[in-house]
Amino acid sequence: MIAAQSRYRLILALSLSVAFTAMLSLLTGSQAIPLLQALRQSFDGESGVYGLILTELRLPRTLVALLAGASLGLGGALMQSLLRNPLASPGLVGSASGAALGAVVTLYFGLAGMFALALPIGGIVGALLATLMVYLLAGRDAGILTLILAGVAVNAFALALVSLLLNLAPSPYAVQEIALWMLGSLANVSRNELWILLPGTLAGWLMAWRQGRALDLLTFGEETAASMGADLPRLRQRLFLAVALTVGSAVSVTGAIGFIGLVVPHLLRPLVGYQPSRLLIPSALGGALLLLTADIVVRLLPAQGEIKVGVVTSLIGAPFFLWLILQGKRRVT
Amino acid sequence: MNLLRGESLSVNRQGRPILTAVDITLKCGEMLGLIGPNGAGKSTLLRLLAGVIEADEGILSLEDNPVSAITHRERARRIAYLPQLSEIAWPMSVERLVELGRIPHLDPWQHPGPQDRAIIERVIARTDLQPFRRRAFNTLSGGEQARVVLARALVTEPNILLADEPVSALDPAHQLDVMTLLSEHCQAGQSVIVVLHDLSLAAHYCHRLQLLHQGATLAVGSAEAVLTPGNLKTAYAIAINQTAEETLSPFRLPWRRLS
Repeated sequence: MIAAQSRYRLILALSLSVAFTAMLSLLTGSQAIPLLQALRQSFDGESGVYGLILTELRLPRTLVALLAGASLGLGGALMQSLLRNPLASPGLVGSASGAALGAVVTLYFGLAGMFALALPIGGIVGALLATLMVYLLAGRDAGILTLILAGVAVNAFALALVSLLLNLAPSPYAVQEIALWMLGSLANVSRNELWILLPGTLAGWLMAWRQGRALDLLTFGEETAASMGADLPRLRQRLFLAVALTVGSAVSVTGAIGFIGLVVPHLLRPLVGYQPSRLLIPSALGGALLLLTADIVVRLLPAQGEIKVGVVTSLIGAPFFLWLILQGKRRVT
Repeated sequence: MNLLRGESLSVNRQGRPILTAVDITLKCGEMLGLIGPNGAGKSTLLRLLAGVIEADEGILSLEDNPVSAITHRERARRIAYLPQLSEIAWPMSVERLVELGRIPHLDPWQHPGPQDRAIIERVIARTDLQPFRRRAFNTLSGGEQARVVLARALVTEPNILLADEPVSALDPAHQLDVMTLLSEHCQAGQSVIVVLHDLSLAAHYCHRLQLLHQGATLAVGSAEAVLTPGNLKTAYAIAINQTAEETLSPFRLPWRRLS
């Protein structure tokens, strides 16, 4: 009973923080906007610069940060629970590098310049293809190690192809465009990106929904989980597709944003008593919170142009990762 | 009625036969001991019965229905499987781990109700886990961990409990405790198949023994009928010491539990 209460308290606290940070995100930017006036302008339909900034720039940016962050956090929690490994990240099944490759292909061949949606669509297709490759390489009944190895191989290959395209890029301008996109940023998102992000994200979330129990059972190992009624091939299939859709959509719109999927579930796990099913919703909220916060930070940093949000999350994430390893080492010895 | 019945079960791995035409039956309230040397196919047979692997040949039926006609969930409610090694992925508390044993009876996202709670409390009390219930699994001793995974299987309230060497890592007193818990499970009209290496324990606690050797059944029946000098020689390449034979029966345990 007490455990259940504290669980809802955590979800409530995280939800309130997300709501508060989202409000803050609406108010943050190079142009200070009076919120009431902006709201009045956007609701009354009168054209005013404040209303436009709010509805065309700040709101899409905030919502994309929220959805993409939630997908990364949830994807991390799903993968770590599926692979029974706290160091697994959502990119492990190929979705992130596949999305990067797909997006870079559209940039390289100039498709992205021809019509705006080519880039995110290319990213999602890339994510799905890469995940499918991992899935086919590993086989339907693969063990965890085979899955991880197949993921590593496909990731390496996708990133090699990205490097090749950078290498062969026709102009320095194209190189810069690709490189900057790879850093991960929410600066240029508009409503179009939001509409691109939404369907895959929601479909993926729906698929992950109700898989919590099976992930709980996996705590006992694959064979025991199977004997307790978990349908592991189906679980694996669903989660792969869910992560490909959610993380693929997120990466396609924002570029590569590292470490959220790794760090957030790991931080929250002790707070939910290490139970995989109870980690899912808090991880999604935590991911949204972290990406929103990072995106506010980059807007406040005094810099020429804007520091990319993917750089900030990795700058925080990498030392944290190191700290995790050191902690683990201490626990073993 | 046979609770569980397997006919000419065969399993091959990479062209090598692991089990060849093994028959097995289990009656209500029965404790069946699976014995045999290492590599005889005991664990494979147990995993087969648990539904973790599938037979290449043979028919397996549960309460006279073919297992293939039963859903994963239904089977999970009736059969609980305790593997030889329990690797728990996360440092969850004992209470939470035991609670997960009720999952086969719950819908997704449904929380355990008062009835489930009562069962969980009863099993925690019976397995003496009350003092450890809030501790993390990885901080427990081997004997305590063995009791936690047994409790997890017991809260499922399975008709059939399949236990693979549940006592191999335990001291004599805890071995007796675990075997007593399994016996109590049988007294409630439910059944147990247990893989054992300790022949005295097997002879003392099991109603029937099935001796496997090189993937086939060498003998099945009462302890006296199965543990004959000839069978022991064929399966294990051992003989019973003369002195033991004279002073005390090899089928009787040389010790008992003090309360």
